[in-house]
Amino acid sequence: MHNLSVAQISQGLSKGEFSSVEITQHFLDRIHQLDSSINAYITKLDESALAAAQQADKQIAAGQANPLTGIPFAHKDIFCAQGVKTTCGSRMLENFISPYDATVVANLKQAGTICLGKTNMDEFAMGSSTETSYFGKTMNPWDLETVPGGSSGGSAAAVAARLAPIATATDTGGSIRQPASLCGITGLKPTYGRVSRWGMIAFASSMDQAGPMGKSAEDCALLLQAMASFDSKDSTSIDHLVPDYSANLNAPLEGLRVGVPKEFFEQGLDPQIAAQVHNALAEYEKLGATLIDIELPNSKLAVPTYYVLAPAEASANLSRFDGVRYGHRCENPSDLMDMYCRSREEGFGEEVKRRIMIGTYVLSAGYYDAYFRKAQQVRRLIKNDFDRAFEKVDIIAGPTCPSTAFKFGAKTDNPVEMYLEDIYTISVNLAGLPGMSLPCGQIDGMPVGLQLIGKHFDESLILNAAYMFQQATDWHTLAPAFADNTSEANGGAS
Amino acid sequence: MSLERTDIEKLALLARINISDSESQQVTERIGAVLNLVDQLQAQDTEGVEPMAHPMDATQILRADEVTESNDRENLMSNAPATEEGLFLVPKVIE
Repeated sequence: MHNLSVAQISQGLSKGEFSSVEITQHFLDRIHQLDSSINAYITKLDESALAAAQQADKQIAAGQANPLTGIPFAHKDIFCAQGVKTTCGSRMLENFISPYDATVVANLKQAGTICLGKTNMDEFAMGSSTETSYFGKTMNPWDLETVPGGSSGGSAAAVAARLAPIATATDTGGSIRQPASLCGITGLKPTYGRVSRWGMIAFASSMDQAGPMGKSAEDCALLLQAMASFDSKDSTSIDHLVPDYSANLNAPLEGLRVGVPKEFFEQGLDPQIAAQVHNALAEYEKLGATLIDIELPNSKLAVPTYYVLAPAEASANLSRFDGVRYGHRCENPSDLMDMYCRSREEGFGEEVKRRIMIGTYVLSAGYYDAYFRKAQQVRRLIKNDFDRAFEKVDIIAGPTCPSTAFKFGAKTDNPVEMYLEDIYTISVNLAGLPGMSLPCGQIDGMPVGLQLIGKHFDESLILNAAYMFQQATDWHTLAPAFADNTSEANGGAS
Repeated sequence: MSLERTDIEKLALLARINISDSESQQVTERIGAVLNLVDQLQAQDTEGVEPMAHPMDATQILRADEVTESNDRENLMSNAPATEEGLFLVPKVIE
């Protein structure tokens, strides 16, 4: 049951082959048996999930179901969910019970989905390995000694391990696409402004975007449908028509112009990964697409640009965590300054503190023009490169990351090495474009991801391109051996 | 761009985050490494380029000046470490 697609689950529910309560219980049982080995979940929501499943079953019986009614899923623990612990992977919010629902959470409740729990993540979404979570690391189900990627590592691992059919996640510099790539699943970061950020704990306000993760483009399209909406409570939400993302998934790719950026294939890219990606591109040619060489000359400045702008925005966003109204407060503060400084010292981990300090530095008097303003100018140059490329091509394709899943601790000594994991994904956030990762190969049994980038609000086209690739290939159907574990195999009752 | 420990101390104060003496050296080195990465931007010519704050250069949408929210004080204060009669309690500020 845990290998079914969303559409298959929906069909099973409507035909009465199983109930939402049954399939929800099935996933909850698997979580209880297997999650201790991978630590994908911070919070498990058995009681409320089963109650919601009962409600869903009533709706289904009354013929009032929609495509997501009764479907279990997981939320990255960055979305405020009313009455539920929402930690953002941090000690700062260890005991924070959200008083309200994020718009994404409300949208999915309305769609009748069943929340199994909140998944693990890098603290405050800052990281590419889920190693910075206060709640321990998450293991990649393909190889438990390797990282699942980050910051949405919990959601990616949960889907890969079949501990949830679909999951929500967020992406500021690659945090949906990179873990999707390392865990062999499909993930999509929508256009900036497509999905409401209200109630989504902010990291970098001009780049953060929520999106779906699933075993296929088809599943991602269904989840995106429920997530996307214009929201007047999010001042950066853009009022753009939400199309039916599932309607054109199988449109033929004849004549599709696929841009291949020369900078994404330069030296430094593992030749094995390059080979897998080139195979995928050849597949696109078989499907009728034309490959066109393009240049994104300023993309080599994407990582430095991001590491000025994102920490700057983060330093502003995280200034609200002061121990006054919510979150961690230190014991026995001697005065207000002591309360602020010690609460934040204790509440934040090393990576978060580092980024806040860098952000503070680049925004400080005397440095603002040289760093922050300069980076904003380079951001425009990076975006202009994409605008120029999209005059000649419809979508852009390349590797999602420079490596497959790396071992724990391999990149934690030098922060810059970790930052370079996002070298292909970051420019997409700077330009606000939609981007996806889908599995396109394996190296030594570890998944490799193909990245597709679209024009603003062209999610339908990249979903279509991903779907057609997944009709012609079966990389996305592969699951780690870990996912085949059953209760018998783990010594539980049969 | 490398930083001195005194620079780190100033930044820590601005950011309202204590950095202990034992951590200070490593923090200085690691932040220095990131700032070296960031210095690559200096080589890029950006003469006449308009800074970009928002990916689509959007501007703030306004709404009518009407009351739309309801008073939800108890719920919204439920995570506060210390409260009294609807006020957040903090260490004394004014002598």
